[in-house]
Amino acid sequence: MTAREIQERAVEWVVQRQTDEAWSEADQTALDAWLAEIPEHMLAYWRAEDGWNRTELLGALRSFRPNAARQPDRTRSIWLRRAAVAAMFVILGGAAANYFAQPPQSTEHAYSTVVGEHKTLALADGSQIEMNTNTVLRANLSGGKRQVVLEKGEAFFQIKHDAAHPFTVYATGHRIVDLGTKFLVKTAPNRIEVALVEGRARVDSDGANEHSALLRPGDVAVATATSISVTKKTQPTLAKELAWRQGNLVFDNTALADVAAEFNRYNRQKIVIADPNVARLTIVGTFPATDVDAIINTAREVFGLHATQQNGRIVISR
Amino acid sequence: MVDTPETSRERDDPRRQGAAAGMADLKTWFVSEVLPLEQALMQYLQSNWRRAEDLADMRQDIYLRLYEAAKERIPQPTRPFLFTIARNILIDRYRRERIVPIDGVPDLETIAVPTQDPGPDRRAIARDELRHLQAALDRLPPRCREAIVLRQVEGLSRKEIALRMAISEKTVNRHLCDAMNLLLDMQRNAGEAP
Repeated sequence: MTAREIQERAVEWVVQRQTDEAWSEADQTALDAWLAEIPEHMLAYWRAEDGWNRTELLGALRSFRPNAARQPDRTRSIWLRRAAVAAMFVILGGAAANYFAQPPQSTEHAYSTVVGEHKTLALADGSQIEMNTNTVLRANLSGGKRQVVLEKGEAFFQIKHDAAHPFTVYATGHRIVDLGTKFLVKTAPNRIEVALVEGRARVDSDGANEHSALLRPGDVAVATATSISVTKKTQPTLAKELAWRQGNLVFDNTALADVAAEFNRYNRQKIVIADPNVARLTIVGTFPATDVDAIINTAREVFGLHATQQNGRIVISR
Repeated sequence: MVDTPETSRERDDPRRQGAAAGMADLKTWFVSEVLPLEQALMQYLQSNWRRAEDLADMRQDIYLRLYEAAKERIPQPTRPFLFTIARNILIDRYRRERIVPIDGVPDLETIAVPTQDPGPDRRAIARDELRHLQAALDRLPPRCREAIVLRQVEGLSRKEIALRMAISEKTVNRHLCDAMNLLLDMQRNAGEAP
């Protein structure tokens, strides 16, 4: 069999599996058997499946290019435009102005977490949004719409893919379009960070010059008003960044200054480190995000540091 | 965000300890790191091998050899490893066919391996990918294009596509397969038809 013939067979399997609503256990067994015959089969299948998945990108393209295809849903496109205008305003005004004067639709709902809180939103379509500490988002999920505006903070999205209804997240002048994905979005003044754990997603900027980046698993995009840069992170690193979902903070040779900053995101009781020599000490370990005492005790016992209460804050020093 | 120094990343990564990679890891790596290099790989093969009809088989041989190596340990970085294998496959072919390469390949041992060039930045690749995809889609036969657009862009089921196009589901399947085969041939081939 030539490589081209194997490709054709692999494509048949992929198309059958993706479009046959009656795909059965027996079909899967037959596919598994074919894949196991020789590695060439599996490699061809991976390649064909990737090709199939990549054509879904076209579906996402349509969602923000009204001219590219039919645009049956007029109210949606108006909402999109309004969101884009507001998002540009955010870039100009900075994080403080990260607020929409009025909700675009009455069907929209706002959700928020206070400092230290962790909340999971379960959507009717099976998707989930986990909100980290001090986060505000607004969701419009009625009438087939799947749009979320992340006003501030950080959230982890696990999205059930639906080519006809792309899931879109707006945050500080950027738009993240999922293509069947798990991803993390973290906002900071005038920039967002998007980490893709599974599947595929696209990040677009609405700034004066348009940017776009396609993300693959392990990619972390940092998007500002003027640029998007993409770097790769290993799975263990991504897992650490997502440890808050279990209520944990994970440190691996992390400077005490950064440790304090992380704890301060989750707790009203703030930690202050004034001495630069102390700030440079590094810590390894996993801590409950809201257990300030645990980190203070570690600082005491491991480094022999002192912790004192000053003006309602905890100051760590030698 | 917690930053991880390079040293601890190496320590944590089981691949660096020589542990055999799991199938899921292999697939993730193959799809996210190898397949995006396919266009560059095919250009490299094209410029060093004149018979176009051999290229798909050569690509398959290269992926197979790469896969066998990755089962032991996933190569990092991927690019130079892939192109070293490609070069070895080219050399094997030249030897097997007893060809003395004339055009552009003066000496087997000096076939250049493009390892240093990290390629355009990811953003450019992503933009290119969408452009290529659209260009490739435009080249499909109309019925194939209609079927794949109804499925992947409009999100219709196979039954709905059959009704819309007034053909049988089996024919829908045929159009989808033809479209996918052509797209696979074109997508990473600089938008050229095979």
